[in-house]
Amino acid sequence: MRTPALPRVLLLLGLALTPALTSAAATPAVPDAARFDYRLEPREIAPGVHVFVGLREDFTPANGGNIVNTGFLVGTDGVVVIDTGPSRRYGEQMLAAIRRVTPLPVVLTINTHHHPDHFLGNQAFPAATLAALPETLRGIQKDGETFNENLYRMSGDWMKGTERVTPAQALAPGRRSVGGRDIEIVALDGHTPADVVVIDHATGTVFAGDLLFHDRAATTPHANLTHWLAALKRLAAIPAKLWVPGHGAPSADDTPIRQTRGYLEWLAAAMRDGAESGLDMTEMLARAVPPQFRGLAEVEREYRRSVVHLYPAAEQAVLEKAHAR
Amino acid sequence: MRSSTLIVLAMFWLCPVTEAPAAPPAAAAASADPLESARWGDMVKTFFAGASVVFDARVKVVAPLIAEDSLNVPVSVDASELPGVEEVLVFADFNPILPVLRFQPMKARPALAFRLKLQQSSPVRAAARTADGVWHVGGAWITATGGGCTAPSTGSGSPEWQERLNQVSGRIFPRTDGGERLRMRVIHPMDTGLAPGIPVFHVEELSLGDESGAELMRIRAYEPVSENPLFTIDLPAEAAAGTRIHARGRDNNGNRIDAWVTQ
Repeated sequence: MRTPALPRVLLLLGLALTPALTSAAATPAVPDAARFDYRLEPREIAPGVHVFVGLREDFTPANGGNIVNTGFLVGTDGVVVIDTGPSRRYGEQMLAAIRRVTPLPVVLTINTHHHPDHFLGNQAFPAATLAALPETLRGIQKDGETFNENLYRMSGDWMKGTERVTPAQALAPGRRSVGGRDIEIVALDGHTPADVVVIDHATGTVFAGDLLFHDRAATTPHANLTHWLAALKRLAAIPAKLWVPGHGAPSADDTPIRQTRGYLEWLAAAMRDGAESGLDMTEMLARAVPPQFRGLAEVEREYRRSVVHLYPAAEQAVLEKAHAR
Repeated sequence: MRSSTLIVLAMFWLCPVTEAPAAPPAAAAASADPLESARWGDMVKTFFAGASVVFDARVKVVAPLIAEDSLNVPVSVDASELPGVEEVLVFADFNPILPVLRFQPMKARPALAFRLKLQQSSPVRAAARTADGVWHVGGAWITATGGGCTAPSTGSGSPEWQERLNQVSGRIFPRTDGGERLRMRVIHPMDTGLAPGIPVFHVEELSLGDESGAELMRIRAYEPVSENPLFTIDLPAEAAAGTRIHARGRDNNGNRIDAWVTQ
């Protein structure tokens, strides 16, 4: 039985999470450059591998959307950028921080998937270097503007001047040398219809995008949990030394994989069980998150958002199976 | 929500001190909307002209504080603490189409869960009419980014969807109290007529009956009910229908709904 496509307006990473109607409280005397400084400091987690670690929070006018991990790889003759952050300002400040590390040109800028915190900094980077999987390009084309408007609402003035830029380049999977760095592009899906994983072979670092969350509850507005769990299986087979999740701290062990898998497996089972026992969506929303997941940042909010994303398909499966004539 | 309750309580507290005689509680409650909506006066004129209306905590509206999806906002209304409910009306103060649905519980519990479309943040209210003609009103504010009523339905853009129009899927779930729960979904675009170029097209009437033909609940749906409406209905033990429930109805174009839902 086919599932109705989620309505276009359903969107969004963070649709209406906070009634973020207040703009950043600041005295007008403070210049914008100081008010909207993300204070991005790259952390070199392996030789030539730098990560900007975001907060384990949701978008707010206080954090300006600095809730995501982005990063870059410095090769012998160029820089590979992985995700560009939630706003034009973030992208610009990210590029300035890269410039403090290396004068080498940016040769490839990857958007791991089509969620706004991963591509709305694209304006800051050379247009010809922007690349994403074909399905991600379609997603940015289709939902990008709505995402952008949504983040203006949630993050406030930090978003000033931000516009959606869809990458010109379709990213192909495979291993190659880029800027003198031996990287591998792995095309997976599950968090969204297309999720890129970037492996840096010299250091064994895996940038997993939002297929991995670490100490932070996974988000599911465009998720297919079955595919996501299959993607985690693929990830677990990679002999990585360092994992960089899309949200949460980088990890030298597979904790982000185990956490994300445990949470998603529970979520999938909770939807199935709820639908099988005839619970209404309002009753699903009222259920408590089990103690083992309460340590994940934002879990109370994300669980409830996930019910809205995932429960309709679970209910439909049960109701269609029972059938009516 | 809590603060508004406190304000109302504070008003009750202060009123007798500053003004005598104090207004009777029901009348005072009717004039002071616990949800403090600027539209409440208009709601009274629209739905309750000449009738008596009281805010009543026994009429419960359960909904998320923030709507994740303005096209599908889950809402559950429950007036079962109130004896003798004959009809329940659900409406949203700030929707371009105010009424969401009304139902006569008949043999079912005076409770219904469903999903609705919100155009913007709004109170969603349930008004339960008791045999004495009094409307008892409960409600909840829902924050929404909106656009729910002016967006085209998925179904309106999909020809294969139309082949399944008015198809019913559903199931009867036994309840621990000996009663039953019916969950049923009707394939229908529920177009509001507010999306450009798409005319009003929605399920209008739905009647549920048991095998003997006795009516269990009657629902009148309006445009703001979500696409492919899904209803959750509880039957007390004495009204349990057994193995099958007959769902009959029609949309505003006269297309029939006619299906049996089983366990």
